[in-house]
Amino acid sequence: MLRSNLVNIAVIVLLVAYAVSGEMFDAPYNITLATKVAILGMAGAGLNLALGYCGLISFGHAAFFGLGGYVAGILAVHAFNHQPIFLGWSGTNQMIAIWVFALLATGLLALLIGLLSLRTSGVYFIMITLAFAQMLYYFAISWPSYGGEDGLSTYLRNGFPGLNTMDGMSFFMVCLAWLVFVLWLSSRIINSRFGLAMQAVRENPVRLAGLGVSPFRVKLTVFVLSGMITGIAGALYTDLNRFVSPSVLSWHMSGEIMILVIIGGVATLSGPVAGAMLFIFLEQWLGGLTEFWQFWLGLMLLLVVLFARGGIIGTLNRWRAS
Amino acid sequence: MTEPVLEARALNKRFGAVVASDQVSLVLHSGEIHALIGPNGAGKSTLLKQLAGETASDSGEVFLSGQSLQGLDAVHRAKAGIARSFQISSIIPALTCEQNVLLSFEARERRIFRFFRPALGNLSSLEAASDYLLRVGLAGREGVIAAELSHGERRRLELAMVLALKPAVFLLDEPMAGLGPEGTGEIRSLLQDLRKEAPMLLVEHDMDAVFALADRISVLVYGKVIASGTPNEIKSNSAVQEAYLGDDI
Ligand SMILES: Nc1ncnc2c1ncn2[C@@H]1O[C@H](COP(=O)(O)OP(=O)(O)O)[C@@H](O)[C@H]1O
Ligand SMILES: [Mg+2]
Repeated sequence: MLRSNLVNIAVIVLLVAYAVSGEMFDAPYNITLATKVAILGMAGAGLNLALGYCGLISFGHAAFFGLGGYVAGILAVHAFNHQPIFLGWSGTNQMIAIWVFALLATGLLALLIGLLSLRTSGVYFIMITLAFAQMLYYFAISWPSYGGEDGLSTYLRNGFPGLNTMDGMSFFMVCLAWLVFVLWLSSRIINSRFGLAMQAVRENPVRLAGLGVSPFRVKLTVFVLSGMITGIAGALYTDLNRFVSPSVLSWHMSGEIMILVIIGGVATLSGPVAGAMLFIFLEQWLGGLTEFWQFWLGLMLLLVVLFARGGIIGTLNRWRAS
Repeated sequence: MTEPVLEARALNKRFGAVVASDQVSLVLHSGEIHALIGPNGAGKSTLLKQLAGETASDSGEVFLSGQSLQGLDAVHRAKAGIARSFQISSIIPALTCEQNVLLSFEARERRIFRFFRPALGNLSSLEAASDYLLRVGLAGREGVIAAELSHGERRRLELAMVLALKPAVFLLDEPMAGLGPEGTGEIRSLLQDLRKEAPMLLVEHDMDAVFALADRISVLVYGKVIASGTPNEIKSNSAVQEAYLGDDI
């Protein structure tokens, strides 16, 4: 218990230290990278609730990441252009309002996809979630009003009361606060009574049903929660880049989120964050050395799956425990 | 005569050409242990699945305290008071013994959809869980991950989970399967304890245990109940001798 907490705290401290070093040595790009880690880590933490703790292997979480991203992008662009979306209301450039809409939209989408996919399991579930995400991807590509294939620029970051969000460090703090909140929330949920049921769904749904608890209801609840968390990460990602394009909805994105969860440690609290760190590190460092950095990423994934159950964090927890 | 706690009327189930249940009717009265015996493949496990709602019957009906369970799935039948154990111990391997029993206890209390407070934070639930573990002989094993339990301990953990449901009926599928003589003896006295809580439909191969525990025995062969009666009646039933018991008895 205590040991894994230490590891979790160490991961967050490392992330903050990296961002602070960027501030101290006037290297804003480092702050951007740390922000990206926080956002991808949060997207992964969302997936981890479903995939890691509940055994729902969703290969379509880009749908939520991307929808959150597009909600942020579309609302911001309308506000920027004073162009009404709906009943004379022309979007918003306030993060808090955008988050509320992103939560609603991704929650509803997850409810819909969940209702249609959670009766299946195994490969069927993987394929159905993938199919839904791809549907949204092609929809975004072929919808010219919001940039189609070219994507959508939002020019400015959305605002947050009392903060200059265009300042990298301030925006990093917003993302960090979300990340820490999500990890805290995850840990509460995992350790709650509902958390017991989540793990029972993963390991033995028939037993759970025999206790009078519907595995479907548990799965649907987790899936919606998971989609909403990943959706908020998507909204933040649009703000980070001040740009959103269909690529955030593509199966590459789903794969990326899944890979960082697996490498970092399935069903470990800070695993997705550690996974995001490694992912961004490899992308930056190996990507600078060779065009084929993804080959090495794939190899690493293979090694983790074959030899290091529980990924980076799982291995650290075991190592510290022994 | 009082109303049976559980009653099956003319249940049928086929898997392709295999007839797993053939017009099966049986009753379980309060305070009773009703044993269901029969050779492998006779359809005993299938019958329990039909009663518990895991497998839909082709036809026939199940009543719990006179109420039809028609159309209710396993979740709702469990809520209605049917608790079952499986032929292969069915527990949650990643959870500790305590968490396994808590899961069951909180399910019974309808407190599973609670997201924030720690599962291990409710003292009275913890005490209840410890009590159930004590009753099945797993005292002191609270913090052990269920995956690390021995085969016999798993069987007992599952019984603790079933017990924590405070059910109206127990359906137990071979609770002594795979246990040595010592383990069998322990489960036997445990089942004597369980019968105080609720009547039991017991599928079991251990004939000594069956004849010692059961008030009534039904014999299932090729999906059909070929005989039903007190242990003495079954012992002397020639059809049973021929079909099943052979010369063992
Ligand atoms: N899901 C299933 N699909 C096809 N056949 C099944 C299925 N479940 C059970 N059977 C068949 O039904 C018969 C009864 O099986 P079962 O109820 O497990 O018997 P028992 O528990 O008495 O050993 C067997 O012939 C078995 O092969
Ligand atoms: Mg069987």
